[in-house]
Amino acid sequence: MSIQDKILARAKELMADGTVTSVLGWKKGETYTDPSPAFFNSVEELERDFTFNHFCGQNLSRLLNGRKAEDGKVLMLCKPCDAFSLNQMLGQHRVERDAVYVLGIPSPTILDVDKLRAAGVKGIRGSRFARGGEVVLDTIYGERRLAGKDAVLEKCLACKTHQFPIYDEVLVKPKGEEHAEPENPYRFAGVEELESMTPDERFAFWQSQLKRCIRCNACRNACPVCSCVKCVFDNPGSEVAGKSNIDAFDDKLFHIIRAFHVAGRCTDCGECSRACPEGIPLHLLNRKFIKDINRIYGPFQAGASDDGVSPLTEYNTEDMEPGEAILKGSGS
Amino acid sequence: MSIANEDVKTKPLIVAFCCNWCSYAGADLAGTSRLSYPADVKIIRVPCSCRVNPMFILRAFQRGADGVIIAGCHPGDCHYTSGNYFARRRMSLLFSMLDYLGIERQRTRVEWISAAEGSKFAKTMSEFAEQVAALGKPNHLGELR
Amino acid sequence: MHRIGVFVCWCGSNIAATVDVKAVAETLGKEPGVVFSMDYQYMCSEGGQSAIRSAIKEHELTGIVVASCSPRMHENTFRKAAAGAGLNPFMVEIANIREQCSWIHRDKTDATEKALILGRAAIAKLMLNTPLQAGESKVVKRALVIGGGIAGLQTALDIADAGFKVDVVERKPTIGGKMAQLDKTFPTLDCAACILTPKMVEAAQHENITLHTYSQVEAVSGFVGNFTATIRKKARYVDEKACTGCGDCMAKCPSKKAKSEFDQGLKNRPAIYIPFAQAIPNVPVIDTTECIKFKTGKCGICQKICQAKAVDYEQQDTVFEESYGAIIVATGFDTMSPDKYGEYHYEEYPDVITSLEFERLCNAAGPTGGHLVRPSDHKEPKKVVFVQCVGSRNGGDCDGKTYCSKICCMYTAKHAMLTREKYPDSEVYVFYIDVRTPGKNFDEFQRRAIEQYDVHYIKGMVGQVEQNGDTLSVQASDLLNDKQIMLDADLVVLAMAVQPEEGARAIGTMLTASMDTNDFFTEAHPKLRPVESPTAGIFLSGLCQGPKDIPETVAQAGAAASKAIGLLAKDHLVTNPCVAGSANSLCNGCSMCENVCPYGAIGYEDQQVVRDGKRVMARQAVVNEAVCQGCGACTVTCPSGAMDLKGFSTRQILAEVDAICR
Repeated sequence: MSIQDKILARAKELMADGTVTSVLGWKKGETYTDPSPAFFNSVEELERDFTFNHFCGQNLSRLLNGRKAEDGKVLMLCKPCDAFSLNQMLGQHRVERDAVYVLGIPSPTILDVDKLRAAGVKGIRGSRFARGGEVVLDTIYGERRLAGKDAVLEKCLACKTHQFPIYDEVLVKPKGEEHAEPENPYRFAGVEELESMTPDERFAFWQSQLKRCIRCNACRNACPVCSCVKCVFDNPGSEVAGKSNIDAFDDKLFHIIRAFHVAGRCTDCGECSRACPEGIPLHLLNRKFIKDINRIYGPFQAGASDDGVSPLTEYNTEDMEPGEAILKGSGS
Repeated sequence: MSIANEDVKTKPLIVAFCCNWCSYAGADLAGTSRLSYPADVKIIRVPCSCRVNPMFILRAFQRGADGVIIAGCHPGDCHYTSGNYFARRRMSLLFSMLDYLGIERQRTRVEWISAAEGSKFAKTMSEFAEQVAALGKPNHLGELR
Repeated sequence: MHRIGVFVCWCGSNIAATVDVKAVAETLGKEPGVVFSMDYQYMCSEGGQSAIRSAIKEHELTGIVVASCSPRMHENTFRKAAAGAGLNPFMVEIANIREQCSWIHRDKTDATEKALILGRAAIAKLMLNTPLQAGESKVVKRALVIGGGIAGLQTALDIADAGFKVDVVERKPTIGGKMAQLDKTFPTLDCAACILTPKMVEAAQHENITLHTYSQVEAVSGFVGNFTATIRKKARYVDEKACTGCGDCMAKCPSKKAKSEFDQGLKNRPAIYIPFAQAIPNVPVIDTTECIKFKTGKCGICQKICQAKAVDYEQQDTVFEESYGAIIVATGFDTMSPDKYGEYHYEEYPDVITSLEFERLCNAAGPTGGHLVRPSDHKEPKKVVFVQCVGSRNGGDCDGKTYCSKICCMYTAKHAMLTREKYPDSEVYVFYIDVRTPGKNFDEFQRRAIEQYDVHYIKGMVGQVEQNGDTLSVQASDLLNDKQIMLDADLVVLAMAVQPEEGARAIGTMLTASMDTNDFFTEAHPKLRPVESPTAGIFLSGLCQGPKDIPETVAQAGAAASKAIGLLAKDHLVTNPCVAGSANSLCNGCSMCENVCPYGAIGYEDQQVVRDGKRVMARQAVVNEAVCQGCGACTVTCPSGAMDLKGFSTRQILAEVDAICR
């Protein structure tokens, strides 16, 4: 039985026996590569529209923001990285635990449509991984094979774990001990590369990236942590909200403030970069904070626990002084 | 023309956020003791170093500051017991991020200055102003995009 | 519409010599929103203040900026002056152009330019000031003391003597604490019971003191001046009012195998027991884990023989609530268990004992009637080895304590002397890392142990203790002579580190009173507010705050009492208006602010808010203004900007930044 069928079967059971009243998963899009997140309210809907493939990338936890138990229990089809996000949201009281039934499902490893497009792959109707990590795409023009790094989405290349920090049930037990997977060297490579540049080079890099921002807020809307009921940048009373002034504060500094606001809470799910229509590598901001926190204050994974504790709401009297900390953070 | 340029170079604008209980009092003591430091340093009084929001610092850089310094009570001496510990973490991460974005870490600083350390206050500010002046004008945060 | 007045002070020549005050007044007078400006020789003088008052009235000023000396000098003066003219005192801002300008700059152009910028920053901030009102809250005239040892009793007595009601909650069946277990006290060697028991009696008889023994504080809510505590009085199974304390039940109880806690397990006690002869209340308690009636349902002897009909197997815990204006923590200490230090074989060898056990062995009311014998064979020990700093100053590997326990040097000297006094033919060795005996008559006392009592002080630690026949082989190092030594001892006494009482952490959490990593309560300021917790209305008495001896404990207990009395003597508390507040409906309910608040001033409530045009219930942060001290930690941790600080709001500080960087 394919993983899609297994998920579907279990979702139907849980719906039929009344454990949940709805299912949060993915429904088929117009093509194989554009499934979209959806709430399913009946077994019929599930049977008709449910899909699960290498393009089901969106982190579903954000869609549960504000969900209460009284809204009815929803079955969340939960990839490991989404589970970290959900846990983080639980710790911050953004979702009620009783509002969700977490079914841990294995991550399919998400493919990057932009990368595939760049490689000239069109008309995809099926996908699988061959041994050795090669991506095999079944297209209407025949089979195409690509190296993993040329097809896999950034956030999956930077995968931190296959374990679930929270679940009610796990469909397929992940291999390996809990949270003991070896550090993925790819994860911080991009940050390290930037750290090795001069400040002026870094500034030029960020300028070249951030100037493309169209302030569409896709990064914000996709983020399970950056989910304030009203963003400071949308609040005219905050004195930082955008005005027509060309020197408007928010426009220039939105991404820095945003990264700081989620520092210590960002689970590194990679949604900001995935969602950005301009392809700005926003994860490089978040991951800098993560890397600094790990180095300066010790390893920390947001969402590993639902206690809502963040390295920024804690301290140690023996913490490093900032001057020293900055050097330690950048590894120099 | 060249004189004016040099003038700009040697006159950095420095914003100093000082906690009311220790560092602001330390600045007062520097004054009472007539210990001079550059007039480029402008002090903003905050109740505690933990009141300093990263937005204040970014705003200062965006509006033309060349350096920003946060001064608070020594660790363990915070009037509010733990404020400076939170500030220490926040500023470590923020200043590291600014460095990563191209605002050199030499333009930012956190210093613990007690109410009794007037001379430390003056010395720190003089040194910092000199350090910032040596860097020239900063990459302008407002031009990030 | 803003109508701001600017007042520039010359401070004689202090400001005027370096800053062109007239130019500053004139230039600032043209700033938007400013309708009046003036300069004056001494703004703080009566003449200056009166000029401020008349300008406020005459020009209907909505706020004033005084460019003068540090706000730490005269902010209050000018606030009062403003209030005198009917202006809200928080509509006053100070531009510090003396300490932070004229006094540190030589060049008049530079100084004048800076004074202008500081003035503009003050004006920019003032534009966003709002009138603030100091609130008031009522003070409940009753104190709660948690812990009935010498610290708690002294605090309770001092507060009670000042005329306020005090409740003392003690976890154990009797008050008295650790001091009751001690034999003699250094440096005078007077008997602990002789000086403690009168205090116990005084507390029990004091009309203002209510003792709740065998009781625990279960929950605390509220804030300074108005706390509510939930207290559980555990079932003793003996009616306190009916019992006459005759002791018949104890004598007849067939279960006699329980270890006496009071005698450190060196003696057995019955299942129904009074911890020690002078216990208060003099009422037994049934240890249900040992009582045959509770274990098997049979027996019931104590009930049958009790003439007062006081034994009641059906008795239940009672839980009650009481309001208090102040809470004093006096939870005291415990000594570390020697288990972790395998080299001493404390668990295996009966003649390796702790100092507290040694106290009991010396005590006339103790298990041996004061006859100092070793536990194994009741022989008089003639060679005694004392080991100091077991667990103290020993962080890192052994899970020890990084701190110095402070009292061990003195009591070990006492024990050494007592041994030599009891057995003049004995040999006594003390192993130490350092001898630390500051304190009145303390060093003299310890010198006496060496010089008059011939106690052998050896700098070094004991590496191993092995049972060798009926003696203990002690292997140790002598650091000063750089050699290893072996001694055969009859008795080895370990001076165990002190540590906070086991339940202290839970009490700290309940009170939102901060604690250090060792679980000692943190003081509001290590130097200037040593007996107050950072949480307003919580005071610290005795060892719960850090290691200390009896005189220090009593001194601190009195200090904590006087601070509590100072609070209870007030009918109302005036609250600081510069406090945090959460903008309803912007709050995410995420708890980040709660996590960083050092005072526990932030709580959460489900409140009705408007979201997307609909009324919904949402978890919202609520700041208790009576508790908030205004540090602002919460404002920065709040991602949505819901939390702000009055008097130092985000917009105000941004306005200052803008004015400076203009």
